[in-house]
Amino acid sequence: MVERSAGREYRPARAELVDGEGGVVLRLAGDWRLGAALPAADALLAQLRGMSAVRRLGFDSVELGAWDSSLPSLLLAVRAHCRAQGIEVVGAGLPEGAETLLRLAEAVPMQSPRVAAPRPRGLARLGERVIAVAGAAAALFAFVGEVVLALGRLVRGRARLRYADFWLIVQQVGAEALPIVSLVSFLVGLILGYIGDQQLARFGARIYVADLVGLAVVMQIGALVTAIVLAGRTGAAFAAQLGSMQANEEIDALRTLGIDPVEFLVLPRLLALIAMTPLLALYADLMGILGGAFAAAVVGGINPTEYAVQTIDAVGWNHFVQGLISAAVYGAVVAVSGCLRGMQSGRDAAAVGATTTSAVVTAILHIVIAAAVLTVLFDAVGL
Amino acid sequence: MSEAAQIRLERLSVGYGGRAVQRDLDLEIRRGDIFVIMGGSGCGKSTLMRAMTGLLAPLAGRILFDGESFWEASPAARARRIRRHGVMYQGGALWSSMTLEENVALPLQQYTDLGPRQVRELVDYKLALVGLGGCGALYPAEISGGMRKRAGVARAMALDPEVLFFDEPSAGLDPLSARLLDELIVELKHSLGATMVVITHDLASIFAIADEAVFLDAERGTMLTTGDPRWLREHADDARVRAFLRRGAA
Repeated sequence: MVERSAGREYRPARAELVDGEGGVVLRLAGDWRLGAALPAADALLAQLRGMSAVRRLGFDSVELGAWDSSLPSLLLAVRAHCRAQGIEVVGAGLPEGAETLLRLAEAVPMQSPRVAAPRPRGLARLGERVIAVAGAAAALFAFVGEVVLALGRLVRGRARLRYADFWLIVQQVGAEALPIVSLVSFLVGLILGYIGDQQLARFGARIYVADLVGLAVVMQIGALVTAIVLAGRTGAAFAAQLGSMQANEEIDALRTLGIDPVEFLVLPRLLALIAMTPLLALYADLMGILGGAFAAAVVGGINPTEYAVQTIDAVGWNHFVQGLISAAVYGAVVAVSGCLRGMQSGRDAAAVGATTTSAVVTAILHIVIAAAVLTVLFDAVGL
Repeated sequence: MSEAAQIRLERLSVGYGGRAVQRDLDLEIRRGDIFVIMGGSGCGKSTLMRAMTGLLAPLAGRILFDGESFWEASPAARARRIRRHGVMYQGGALWSSMTLEENVALPLQQYTDLGPRQVRELVDYKLALVGLGGCGALYPAEISGGMRKRAGVARAMALDPEVLFFDEPSAGLDPLSARLLDELIVELKHSLGATMVVITHDLASIFAIADEAVFLDAERGTMLTTGDPRWLREHADDARVRAFLRRGAA
């Protein structure tokens, strides 16, 4: 039995192999405690191997004092070695509790450790990567397809969607994102204004900083800044929510009730982001222009009224339309990326973490691709 | 407090946000016993265990371990005391980003000066004790619910605790696995000499393992009786306790 009395003196733990009647005896002595100096299993096994023709191993624990897990863990290694070497082990000399514990530990045979599959090399590795990328692309298209079908059902009034969820998400992704969108877009406008002013001053065309900032912000940067903020803030949250739901079998519960999780969970998030991202982008445009005006006023000494008139002259409705369409597309990209990764999540905490990271990376990558495609498209249609 | 009592609750009230789920609990748990906390769903069994394992401060009263008040001690003293306890959570609560081996090794690495080789031997031994020898390299997501529970037991035992808490050990297990886990708990009690506090409403488990039990009642919000459940089944004063232990039969 393990002794736990505090304040007592402990004797050092010892284990030695001695020749005895009909075989070898492992003599155990002293107090065996975790954290104290303990005899090493390796040395003991090496000694056992060095003894010639051992047929039988017995134990002597007359001088054994207190012991804890350190004793049976060593004995387990010794007994495993003996079994492998065909040495008979006689457990009679062990303390009763230790014998029971060892019997318990040996009751279920050791399962052979899993051998990891060899890592593919060279072409095989490249092939596996290509297959993985193709698989991921197929999953993305399948998911987008499901979302489109669900949208179709929504239009026909046959989708199951909780509008309360929709309004809640609208609030979360819209009003609650205003402070961060304000700060980031004001600062981006300010940086653009500052750099633009420095360059244009060399040509005596300082006033055109208003054109530069206004067009850049309204056509692209306002929407991009908003989308990237939303990818980090909202896309990650969508992935984490859906990932946790996947881990708790909540999504399975929806499926077994015959409710399509894409309709029930993805559609409200998608619609909320498509609705709110253009509004946020419009607000980001205003803040960006204000940032540019501030920089132009402080560094370039341009009168704010003059700056405003110049901006109104430079920026047309078509530029706003470009920015708003871009923002709606980016919103859809963020929602789809977050929801896709959330639905694909594994069922444990580590998987939910990986899902969140992957959602943000996927969203930003696809936002940049969408920005490039949209720029070409707008040019082609003459917007 | 009697000599043999290792844990004692004195007029203990536990609950959330000032609302007591269980109150006026007075009981003693003897050293080396398997003590079962039983009662219907929602009666506050888990809340009581949270208070006993240091996760939730009681609303009133005291919990004494070896005569020392647990919640009145300094946080450092409480942390030292907690290291002498082991807790097995209902779902195992294994850390999902670590293998079973790493799960069991973490307490040993944090609180002992053992070298990597010794830690490895101890982990192998603890996993073998719960029938998971050779499974150390697996992640929690790769094993069944029953295996996760057993791995949870191995982790709870890592530091050779004096008191082991089990939250619903047989919940969600098939009868055979539940019986094996019960047997493991009884064997561990005999060989380790640790005190076991087990929360369960599984009658088969209660009769198989309990030396003594307390019945918590949701309606009255306090304990109705304590004693050997086999004796309580026939002789408990309160009809509710007899009905519970006879599965509703009068």
